[in-house]
Amino acid sequence: MGEFTMPSLGADMDEGTLVEWLVGPGDLIRRGDPVAVIETAKSTIEVECFESGAMGRLLVEPGTTVPVGTPLALIEPAAEGRGEPERARKAQGKPQAPPAPEHARPARTSKPSPARTPVPSGGRDRGHVGAGPLIRRLAEQSGVDLTALDGSGPAGRVTRADIERAAAATTAARPSRIRATPLARRRAAELGVDLSAVTGTGKDSAIRAEDVSKAASGHAAAPPPPRRTTAAVRASHPPEDQASGMRQVIARLMTRANRDIPHYYLSTTVDMATAMDWLHDHNRRSPMSERLLPAALLLKAAALAAHEVPELNGFWTDDRFAAAQDIHLGVAVSLRGGGLVAPALHRADTLGLPELMTALKDLVSRARTGRLRGSEVSDATITVTHLGDQGVETVFGVIHPPQVALVGFGRVVDRPCAVDGLLGVRPVVTATLSADHRATDGAVGARYLTTLDRLLQNPEKL
Amino acid sequence: MNAVATEGTKTTYREAMREALREALRSDDRVFLMGEDVGRYGGCFGVSLGLLEEFGPDRVRDTPLSESAFVGAGIGAALAGMRPVVEIMTVNFSLLALDQLLNNAATLLHMSGGQLPVPLVIRMTTGAGRQLAAQHSHSLEGFYAHIPGIRVLAPATLEDARHMLAPALADPDPVVVFEHGSLYNASGELLPPTAPVDLDHAAIRRPGTDISLITYGGSLPKARAAADELAAEGIDAEVIDLRTLRPLDGATVTASVARTHRAVIVDEAWRTGSLAAEVSARIAEESFYDLDAPVERVCSAEVPIPYARQLEEAALPQTADIVAAAHRAVD
Amino acid sequence: MNRTDALNVVKESIAQVIPDADLATLGPDEAFRDALEMDSLDFLTYIEILGERTGMRIDDEDTPQLTTLSGSADFLVAHGR
Repeated sequence: MGEFTMPSLGADMDEGTLVEWLVGPGDLIRRGDPVAVIETAKSTIEVECFESGAMGRLLVEPGTTVPVGTPLALIEPAAEGRGEPERARKAQGKPQAPPAPEHARPARTSKPSPARTPVPSGGRDRGHVGAGPLIRRLAEQSGVDLTALDGSGPAGRVTRADIERAAAATTAARPSRIRATPLARRRAAELGVDLSAVTGTGKDSAIRAEDVSKAASGHAAAPPPPRRTTAAVRASHPPEDQASGMRQVIARLMTRANRDIPHYYLSTTVDMATAMDWLHDHNRRSPMSERLLPAALLLKAAALAAHEVPELNGFWTDDRFAAAQDIHLGVAVSLRGGGLVAPALHRADTLGLPELMTALKDLVSRARTGRLRGSEVSDATITVTHLGDQGVETVFGVIHPPQVALVGFGRVVDRPCAVDGLLGVRPVVTATLSADHRATDGAVGARYLTTLDRLLQNPEKL
Repeated sequence: MNAVATEGTKTTYREAMREALREALRSDDRVFLMGEDVGRYGGCFGVSLGLLEEFGPDRVRDTPLSESAFVGAGIGAALAGMRPVVEIMTVNFSLLALDQLLNNAATLLHMSGGQLPVPLVIRMTTGAGRQLAAQHSHSLEGFYAHIPGIRVLAPATLEDARHMLAPALADPDPVVVFEHGSLYNASGELLPPTAPVDLDHAAIRRPGTDISLITYGGSLPKARAAADELAAEGIDAEVIDLRTLRPLDGATVTASVARTHRAVIVDEAWRTGSLAAEVSARIAEESFYDLDAPVERVCSAEVPIPYARQLEEAALPQTADIVAAAHRAVD
Repeated sequence: MNRTDALNVVKESIAQVIPDADLATLGPDEAFRDALEMDSLDFLTYIEILGERTGMRIDDEDTPQLTTLSGSADFLVAHGR
């Protein structure tokens, strides 16, 4: 029996408002499924649960504001193939089969309840089951709940045939397992792709990571599926409240950054001629839905450079630098009503450009519609701000604590420059780095920008 | 054969080994070499040729044909403060000394509460490919890598052959060094060491992005050749040389699989219960969510190694088998 | 496609990208990217939606003609079947 509690979605969060339940009592959930929408002073976020099981009682009504750590709902261990919590409670004291692993998919579809045979008659004490050790073992193996069976043997004893019948009914009600590699499953979960809709190209039609990426870039343009809301009413603050709340959070965080972090700033001009030629060529050859923006190249290069200079990818905590294992690239997104969030593109260094573009579109659109997930809000290990769209050429940003670096890109502009001893006009971009001098020195920052420049000169390798 | 191999010159694996022994004998009076035919005959595979003449019979000692006796003597000498290097002719014969190694050398430090270290180095030839048949050709490195309390090394390059012995002698635990018979004649430019050899880490011999070929010892040249063939087909293979079989460096393997998402393990031992099985299990434990294809293993056929050339070739992992396994994982 | 249809497609596509866009106050020759605070990602999405709805392929070099309502509508009329 576990609890789903109000999570902490940032260093400055002490309370949150439950806006909406995405699941109801009895729904099967898997670790990582979004189960509720939480509103903080800063934004609205879909929160994932940390354990698998069946949703039990919901303890908090939508619209309620509670401190971090408050239990919001109970999570019960789930018996395989069944989603009825009251049964799970009855079966306590007996070993429970773990939930069947199925493909990562938000558990928002209602579970088919398996046909059971025969119909239990009332009046019998359900706590006692007339069944010997063999029957108990068979029941356990096939995930059949003995307390839900009426035995067809003498004196209502459960027979092997009863177990087989019940197990067959349970199996028939379960979706057949999809053949997909572990990496493909992980990527599908990250990109929100439903594996049942993906065609596999691997051995025996297994779905591979590449198939998921292709499916993701294809479906990104489709509108998001309609949401099933358990709560009919969405509680929400009026917009001016929301904005001022967000301003206060940003104000606190940036004050802390400027007070605690001794920033140093570096800047370099990167020749983008090769990259832009490659990009235009790629876009000419690609379907419209697979077009790339310069931002995709810049973000990928920033992530790869962080991989090569890991001293800038991580956190300054407890007076020391802790390098992060993966590169989760925070992307600064300005919100239309004012304000700013910097959600994470997970493992950005491992995404191909089309995947990265898809993930970026998805992330920005969810940031602006208040549909970010908790892990996206808190996972970033290094952040990029790209103010080129506002027409500026250089941005020296403020680091987002506890990260130790922020990369800035301005607009790609045509400038006269010396090329092979002659004066030429080339597209260039100013790349800047704001870095925490406690964690690194200028030499490391310089290595980062040099690496970034080198990577952008070989766009086909990004 | 008597030419002194110096760094920066062309040398062979055999000469690099000999030079490492010569350096050890010169630099520390406690070091001595013993084993069957290491003295007057110059070693069954010619590694210690000329060392008897240079250092005399006290430092280079021929022994009777009893692995249990001379390995036991080596353990005793190590306990008494010497730094013995014991040569066993082939891994097949080392089983006669397995009791000494497992029940004495590997346990004494533990059983004495840290008072009795056994700083012993045991060298032996391993592997097949030279028509020496079923009693001289097996690869039993995995037997030894199973034993806690010892360190197991498999030098596969000229550099490791030349520079692994000194840190092995400095290690307070018993160290077993496996020299694959097919490597002795490997020749090339021996580069001066950039840093002291680190016995705790695997080496990435060829970086790549599409698949990890994980191997050690005598299979390394085959894995490298497979990587070259794959490169010609547009598949960029990473080649990892485990180098130290115990303690196994899992972190390098995990990091590689995180980059390539696919793995082929090449091990000349029999597949069942092999070191390849251990590496495969670790990948399943540590890298499950990074895998985009099942792990492949290329091992020897589960038969006593045949004498006939074609049969022996058919029984061992070959470059073509590695290429085929990589295709199964990538295509 | 006539110009009225084209203008409707343009406006609907913009509304899909920026749901709360106030198109009534937008002049036909006004650069709507600035007026509506469209960033490059939004503009790319707008171009994609236009392409999807009309079945036309719009290349990078066409996009300068598509920065105003009337420019976009003219482009659709000129390139439509």
